[in-house]
Amino acid sequence: MSDRNDVKRYPGLGALSLLFFVYLYAPLAVVVVYSFNENRITGVWTQFSTKWYASALQNDALMDALKTSLIVAVTATVIATTIALSAALAIIRGRDLRFRRVSETVVNLPLLLPEIVLAVATLILFSLIGLQNGMLKLIIAHSAFCTPFAFLPIRARLQGMSLDFEEAASDLYASRLTVFRRVTLPLILPGLFSGAMLAFLISMDDFITSNMLSSGGTTTLPVYIFSLIRAGTSPELNAIATMLILASLILATIALLVASRGERDHE
Amino acid sequence: MVIDSLKKPSRTVFSPFSNFVARFGREQTAEISTPQPVPCQDESRQMNQQNAIEVVGVSKHFGTFRALKSISFEIRNNEFFTMLGPSGCGKTTLLRMLAGFENPNEGTILLKGRNLVDVPPHKRRVNTVFQSYALFPHMTLEQNVAFGLENLGWDKSRIRNRVGEMLERVHMSDFARRKPAQLSGGQRQRVALARALAPEPEVLLLDEPLSALDLKLRQAMRNELRNLQRDTGITFVFVTHDQEEALDMSDRIAVLGDGEVQQLGSPTQIYEEPVNRFVADFVGETNFVEIEVLESRDGWATIRTPFGQVMTVPTPGQVQPGMATLSVRPEKINLGNQAQGNTFNATVIGKNYMGGYTHYILEANGIEFRASRRNASREGDTIPVNSTVSVDFVQAAVRVLAS
Amino acid sequence: MSDIAHHDPVLPSVAAEPSRGGIWRNLAVWGLLPSWLLMGFALLVPIIIIAAVSFATRGAYGGFDWGFNLAGYRQILFNEGWTGELEFTPQYMVIILRTLLLAGTTTLLCLLMAVPVAYYIANQPRHLKTILVYLVTLPFWISMILRIYAWMIILGRHGPMPRLLELFGAPGGLSFMYNDGATLAAMVYTYMPLMVLPVFASIEKLDGTLIEAAHDLYGNRWITLRRVILPLTAPGIAAGAILVFVPALGAVLEPTLMGGGKQMMMGSLIQLQFGGGRNWPFGAAIAMTLLIFVTIVLILIARRAAMREVTT
Repeated sequence: MSDRNDVKRYPGLGALSLLFFVYLYAPLAVVVVYSFNENRITGVWTQFSTKWYASALQNDALMDALKTSLIVAVTATVIATTIALSAALAIIRGRDLRFRRVSETVVNLPLLLPEIVLAVATLILFSLIGLQNGMLKLIIAHSAFCTPFAFLPIRARLQGMSLDFEEAASDLYASRLTVFRRVTLPLILPGLFSGAMLAFLISMDDFITSNMLSSGGTTTLPVYIFSLIRAGTSPELNAIATMLILASLILATIALLVASRGERDHE
Repeated sequence: MVIDSLKKPSRTVFSPFSNFVARFGREQTAEISTPQPVPCQDESRQMNQQNAIEVVGVSKHFGTFRALKSISFEIRNNEFFTMLGPSGCGKTTLLRMLAGFENPNEGTILLKGRNLVDVPPHKRRVNTVFQSYALFPHMTLEQNVAFGLENLGWDKSRIRNRVGEMLERVHMSDFARRKPAQLSGGQRQRVALARALAPEPEVLLLDEPLSALDLKLRQAMRNELRNLQRDTGITFVFVTHDQEEALDMSDRIAVLGDGEVQQLGSPTQIYEEPVNRFVADFVGETNFVEIEVLESRDGWATIRTPFGQVMTVPTPGQVQPGMATLSVRPEKINLGNQAQGNTFNATVIGKNYMGGYTHYILEANGIEFRASRRNASREGDTIPVNSTVSVDFVQAAVRVLAS
Repeated sequence: MSDIAHHDPVLPSVAAEPSRGGIWRNLAVWGLLPSWLLMGFALLVPIIIIAAVSFATRGAYGGFDWGFNLAGYRQILFNEGWTGELEFTPQYMVIILRTLLLAGTTTLLCLLMAVPVAYYIANQPRHLKTILVYLVTLPFWISMILRIYAWMIILGRHGPMPRLLELFGAPGGLSFMYNDGATLAAMVYTYMPLMVLPVFASIEKLDGTLIEAAHDLYGNRWITLRRVILPLTAPGIAAGAILVFVPALGAVLEPTLMGGGKQMMMGSLIQLQFGGGRNWPFGAAIAMTLLIFVTIVLILIARRAAMREVTT
């Protein structure tokens, strides 16, 4: 009852927020619902069916695109996370302020600049140096723009971690390598894991760069989906979209859970 | 090269430290409390063998800020040594240098006669109890205590025994499998101590370890720390800004201020015989009275106070005749019927009743000063404001300060 | 190890501040090397090259020839007739203006929705707050192309939106696709989480007693909002505005899928120039223009942040 006197409350915000969450999730729900529609025309509901899932799973082009995306995403994630970890260690645990700021800006640059500009810029670079291997092109570009996504959680984790732990380990006769292996790494592991997850998702989701760099044999999943969308909405596309949405939700949930679990340990 | 010189002396069997190690190892089976610190054996006569740590001309600056200005002092074997000072006085920087997290810009630090500068923290037989305790949150208490021993390459059974012994010693055996997050502040503190003592360091550094505890616990931990130091005989270097802690626990105190050692001495020396205004002011409460030195002999001076008294008082060394400052602690002033001999009259202009004693604010010849009087009986609080009382300074307990 | 510190000019042997570098500090250079290499190769060098290409000449068979001329930039404003005379063509200016307008409107709409929602979330009990923040974040991790696709279904012919309006008497068979409104709807939807999160973070940091103090000093809710809450959450709002405005300026998928072929934005225009080997110098010139817009925004915001740091 005293809530009414709570000066921090503004009337109507609850209803507004509820509407907001409906707005956020209703479009996704629409895709999911229509993926079970038997009718070939998306908007016209006839009856419940899972046949579009069956046909999606038998789509070889889709599976090829998925394979390409997975190879690129896994490789880019490993590279981006390694580079991000080493940069975060140097920036948070390093010494010189000026140098640190510039480096941090450079690592985060892919977040600040429009992706389309970076995409065409790398396209020009690759065509100038005559890089032909489609997979390699994708991996290099993806590693670059995934790095800040891996970097930010690791950086946050490291920054939240008192230097005392590493100093205490060093005080207790641990060499630098031992300190890293037994103290630093286990303590930043949640950040490392969620950083890697986010990098993976960003790579899997990327369209702009992949579309610019992909050639015949290296069509990634979003590029393939784009070509399907161009051909018009279809129930099979809805089924594919639903499966991908589900996969993203699961991965993102795991990443966020691990990150917040880690935060709790810290307290 | 540095590492070699570090290792060699630790193999010498007759150092007082190895003497302690032997004793400490057997501690559980032998009698439990030996209140006396391990005496320095006569066979080690070299100067550096009596000193655990020698700090020689150490300077440290951060940019233009001079944290330490060419500091020199020694820390003796087996003593409880405290570095006391306000925040920013450089005491933590000094401690971090002893631990190896900072290096001096100039000067050297010797540990049992070996140069420590440029020796990384993990190669120094020095352990730290951190202010935050810094217990590894992902390890159990056992794993925390075992960590240092593992890095020293002890074998498994020896580690197990030692960990058990140390947890027992700090009464934490029941919690061995818990993680630090499940402990109270006082328990973490004890585990941090166990972890730092387990590898048998030559010197134990304690960085304000009591500051995070509440008052009651702090009192109890003072005694526990003091006993632990006596039992183990390890040299403790304790950093604090709390003068009461320092006076209570230490064998010797170095008062640090402004990047310099202001005074080094026993707690009584520091309190009763402050050498300068900084020490007199920082440790305890005092009145500063401008006086005139009429005549000075070694350690004693005849002075005239602004209240017209002429008296002979102790001084630190020689003081020049002329104006000087006198430090008079409030409890070294007798009031009313307790005043005798060389008295003068003052007016009570205010008082603060503190329960066990009363603080009086007095004024004489336009000079204000404070005196405290124990409330031994109910009449102890009977000097009313605005009344005139007779006052005398306890001659042997006032100090002329070096200017 | 100490050799590195002595020889490298960026790592002075004396710390500039009483910072605790800890045990890693001498490794800073090596730790940063891989990221500089990757970003240098995949980002900094390409940006320099694209700047150079924007001044190059269009190649006869696609691509470009090195050289220096302003043809790429000139084409933004003028059409070169076949006798070489320049004729003003508004077509690309319209695209640039549409880009700025749509990005600005997107930012504004996101802001209007985000502030009240973020405020509401920030004032929830702890466990509920965690869940709500998670719900805001989640859609961001779903592929952007799929989130836009959802809006194609909603607004498209036979979609839920036209159906809903039919209930209120609108004619059947409507489609709301292929116009700026459709693009805007998709943009607001895709960038929303980027606005809510920073605004939420700054509202959460707000000391609740300040709001109580404002009320104690006779401020009502409106005055408190205007004079206490909004000024104190300005940094979060600014951060959210950058996070939305910058990617919105470079939007490609929204105009391509929702706006159809005609309603282009700068991003889709750039993509088009590099798509079928059309006109690289012109595409590079547009890309540079976009980059300049983004840089201006970032500098303005950075300067305001610096001013704030100086004045507070």
